[in-house]
Amino acid sequence: MATEILMPALSPTMTEGKIARWLKKEGDMIAAGDVLAEIETDKATMEIEAIEEGILGRILIGEGVEGVAVNTPIAIVVEDGESVPDSVASQPAAPAPQAATAPQAPASTPAAPVLDTAPEPEREWGETREITVREALRDAMAAELRRDEDVFLLGEEVADYQGAYKISQGLLQEFGPKRVLDMPITEHGFTGMAVGAALTGLKPIVEFMTMNFAMQAIDHIINSAAKTLYMSGGQMGCPIVFRGPNGAAARVGAQHSQCYASWYGHVPGLKVVAPWSAADAKGLLRAAIRDPNPVIVLENEILYGQKFPCPVDEDFILPIGKAKIERAGTDVTIVAFSIAVGTALDAAAELAKQGIEAEVINLRSIRPLDTATIINSVKKTSRLVTVEEGWPFAGIGAEVAMQVIEHAFDWLDAPPVRVAGEDVPMPFAANLEKLALPQPEHVVKAVRSLI
Amino acid sequence: METTSEQVGAAGGNGPSLTREQFLSAYHDMLLIRRFEEKAGQLYGMGLIGGFCHLYIGQEAVVVGLQMCLKDGDKLITSYRDHGQMLVAGMTPRGVMAELTGRATGYSHGKGGSMHMFSREKNFYGGHGIVGAQVALGIGLAFANKYRGTDEVAVAYFGDGAAGQGQVYESFNLAALHKLPCIFVIENNKYGMGTAIERASASHDLYKNGEPWGIPGRQVDGMDVAAVHAAAAEAVAHCRAGKGPYILEMMTYRYRGHSMSDPAKYRTREEVDQVRKTRDPIEHVKHILLDAGVEEATLKAMETEIKAVVNDSAEFAQTSPEPDPSELYTDVVLEA
Repeated sequence: MATEILMPALSPTMTEGKIARWLKKEGDMIAAGDVLAEIETDKATMEIEAIEEGILGRILIGEGVEGVAVNTPIAIVVEDGESVPDSVASQPAAPAPQAATAPQAPASTPAAPVLDTAPEPEREWGETREITVREALRDAMAAELRRDEDVFLLGEEVADYQGAYKISQGLLQEFGPKRVLDMPITEHGFTGMAVGAALTGLKPIVEFMTMNFAMQAIDHIINSAAKTLYMSGGQMGCPIVFRGPNGAAARVGAQHSQCYASWYGHVPGLKVVAPWSAADAKGLLRAAIRDPNPVIVLENEILYGQKFPCPVDEDFILPIGKAKIERAGTDVTIVAFSIAVGTALDAAAELAKQGIEAEVINLRSIRPLDTATIINSVKKTSRLVTVEEGWPFAGIGAEVAMQVIEHAFDWLDAPPVRVAGEDVPMPFAANLEKLALPQPEHVVKAVRSLI
Repeated sequence: METTSEQVGAAGGNGPSLTREQFLSAYHDMLLIRRFEEKAGQLYGMGLIGGFCHLYIGQEAVVVGLQMCLKDGDKLITSYRDHGQMLVAGMTPRGVMAELTGRATGYSHGKGGSMHMFSREKNFYGGHGIVGAQVALGIGLAFANKYRGTDEVAVAYFGDGAAGQGQVYESFNLAALHKLPCIFVIENNKYGMGTAIERASASHDLYKNGEPWGIPGRQVDGMDVAAVHAAAAEAVAHCRAGKGPYILEMMTYRYRGHSMSDPAKYRTREEVDQVRKTRDPIEHVKHILLDAGVEEATLKAMETEIKAVVNDSAEFAQTSPEPDPSELYTDVVLEA
């Protein structure tokens, strides 16, 4: 039966091409794999091969013709002894899906889901006890390791050494080497390994000695962990936690002092939390371990030793995606996360002395962002200041401000102001380092500029 | 002490051969991959498959020989040249072709495409577009087998190009250190995209690259399904016995370009033709079967049936709807 040879698409972007040369002529026998012609595409000159055997009955488009559209018949192949028809009424090529050639009509594009639920009141957990953030993180991991056999901890110095920052103190002794595993200094490799294990349903906690070192492994965090659920059409989730100290420590210079909230917050498929207090740390880490998605837990080394009251209830846990109003106020909304919450509260105390009542929101969760709590607060105060240690450009403050502009523009009495780390690599000298990081007085000054 | 690296297959001695039934089954599976890939190439040419599309034509004996040694529960992971692995894993030609064409009925509902396809049910863990990533992920699959106390193994396929990635060697170290049941299958098709292995790697014997970690390696004629099977059987037994990882370097060849848009200026037409004429894995088995008295008509019938399956998959793909617009926002995160 006569069949047509169509102008093939030979690259992801090719829509038309030129027949550079025919290597077979009419009447030639052809076998599968024989090169029939050379085609010039938008990228290169490529050969097209015969798919079936037969005789080249007729060449429909000769050498040198340019602008031949993909799927145009260029030749007719017949079987031995068959006469050559002028054209072939064989099954027409099915049209390519519409999306390949034309953009979807805007009307059929669904709106992205919006997180705009009214904030629920925070659950009351009763009695508290003062513990350090370090103890809170360890207690959270210990509780979840006890609760679920599929949970395990791996990272550099987490077992024998008891944690480079003593977060995993005692865990090896309680849970043994099967579930608390020291890793060689090989972040790319062990992160990939942990993600692979998580794709099978295990629930690894990956400790990075600092989040700076996770950049060695960021491909697995984003391309392998965050995207696989989507790329698999929902078949393959990745229940994994990546945690470690984030942001500036003290006097460790540019490569060890960086905030990754904006980096990870950018990525659909990830959840990102940034605890400030011991209660945040315990409640959010427990939620992160139980979450069926990849969760980044951005801790802070300077906070590790600080004490906060933390509920003693064995079931204590916090929801991911809910901010906390740490201090109620009426005159300005200050949004912060991680160690900057302390900076914001110090500033609020100073502002109170000056007669300005600031409302301080501890984000707790970067992604999903609790936009509703922020918007409700701004609708009350009409002013917004964001505080973060990370760089200002495309930072979390920029995102928070944009959310407020989108959802509460008419309530604003002044442009939002960002207080952030200076737009420089972190310097080593003590005086310069202090200048590079947001201080309470910067926040006070920013608020005063609005009121 | 065990020899850690050696050559088997055409270059060395063949292992035990396959039975007639095994050869028939291998012939079927290799031919299914070949015809499926040819059809995918045609659909690409018609504009029905967009983006990148990396065909497995020429390399069929590798996955088919390997798969014959595996059992339910064993886990597979590979690169973006993944259609062959999926078919031998038991994923349906319809579901794979529908995904290649970006349709709702594809394995990933059209959201993954040629390079990103998965089947939890068939223990196929992708389908990865980042060269070498599947190797570290692969030892994670092996880690999970060991953590759960099963004797299941993981097979991590990667090419000679990926063998240059640093994470491959981090993975060798971790797998050896923790005695993970992982078979590293290096599909050496001689070219990492357009760069010949001699121009990319100072180590020319990739099967020896695990030696510093004591990982046994074998170089195998990857165009000979019986040689692949024999070497794989040894590797699988080693891993199941808890002895740690194993490297198989499969000397193979891809007939088509790296992807569909490959002008093939880095090798000669004669080189490709020579391999096709003298080393084709399917023709090789066909001769064995004919010599063993299998009727030509039996093979022809098999081919007819395979063509029907492949045509059906193409028809299914083309008549399936594109994903509903609402799919844009599904499967981003799971409900906690």
